[in-house]
Amino acid sequence: MSIEWYLIVSALVFCVGAGGILVRRNPLVILLCLELMLNAGNLALVAFARAHGNQDGQIFALIVMVVAACEVAVGLGLIVAIYRRRLPIDVDELRELQG
Amino acid sequence: MAEVVFFLAAIGALAGAIGTVALRNPFYSVLALVCHLLSLAALFLLLRAEFVAAAQVIVYVGAVMVLYVFVVAYVGGGADPITTAGRPGLRWASALFAGALFVELSIAILGTGLTALGGEGSGWFEGYGTPAEIGRLLLTDFLLAFEVASILLLVAAVGAVILARRRTGLEDPREISVGDLMRTGSRDQLTGGEAGSMIEVEGPPGR
Repeated sequence: MSIEWYLIVSALVFCVGAGGILVRRNPLVILLCLELMLNAGNLALVAFARAHGNQDGQIFALIVMVVAACEVAVGLGLIVAIYRRRLPIDVDELRELQG
Repeated sequence: MAEVVFFLAAIGALAGAIGTVALRNPFYSVLALVCHLLSLAALFLLLRAEFVAAAQVIVYVGAVMVLYVFVVAYVGGGADPITTAGRPGLRWASALFAGALFVELSIAILGTGLTALGGEGSGWFEGYGTPAEIGRLLLTDFLLAFEVASILLLVAAVGAVILARRRTGLEDPREISVGDLMRTGSRDQLTGGEAGSMIEVEGPPGR
């Protein structure tokens, strides 16, 4: 398979994730859409690593996975904190930063 | 054979992505994302990234998605409307933006001057993408990134615990914190003053 096909799939997944972030209001689903975009970037990185024949892109994809795991941990901690304070789980309602 | 596997995995990845965005229940969105991630692992295997595919399945599908499932179960993810009721135009504007972004990315990919994009990829050698090669690179060329990633994981774990912990001094009396339990007198308040109930931790006074 040509490398372009992988890049097209990556672009499609990225656009679906970007549209989802704009459409959805639940912060849990917004985190899921962020995962979609990061994974689309990972696919492009691995495809470029295959195209150039060295493995630096795969290392980059692994580091992106680590960053995504950190982002998920902190984001889910924030959502649990929001839920404990009995605030609405809705990014349109959460306008004020002061607790 | 590779083409069949590619199209199956690509369709699975796209269906999972669309399901993540379009399903109303967050629990089903998480399950759709699991489907998407497994299909993406198959694509990584086609690109001869064996270690990345294994890490994808173990780290994402095994660990991160379980974390998501637990938080969705804790928060109680009921079905919510896709977009704001007062602004129906926002949904179409978002879809338009996503479509415009895809057109732009496609123009950038198909109109590029990179000659490597036309073929199957170059320079495959024995051991490409295997755990041994990835480990060698992580401990030689990318040692700094490896160490910084470990520090980042530590900071994120501590930060998540601090963000999600129960705080003392909340106005809501239903919030019970460990600090309140340690304080004298609050135990009676919690159990309604009944001595000898299950909340007693010291045991009988004779011991």
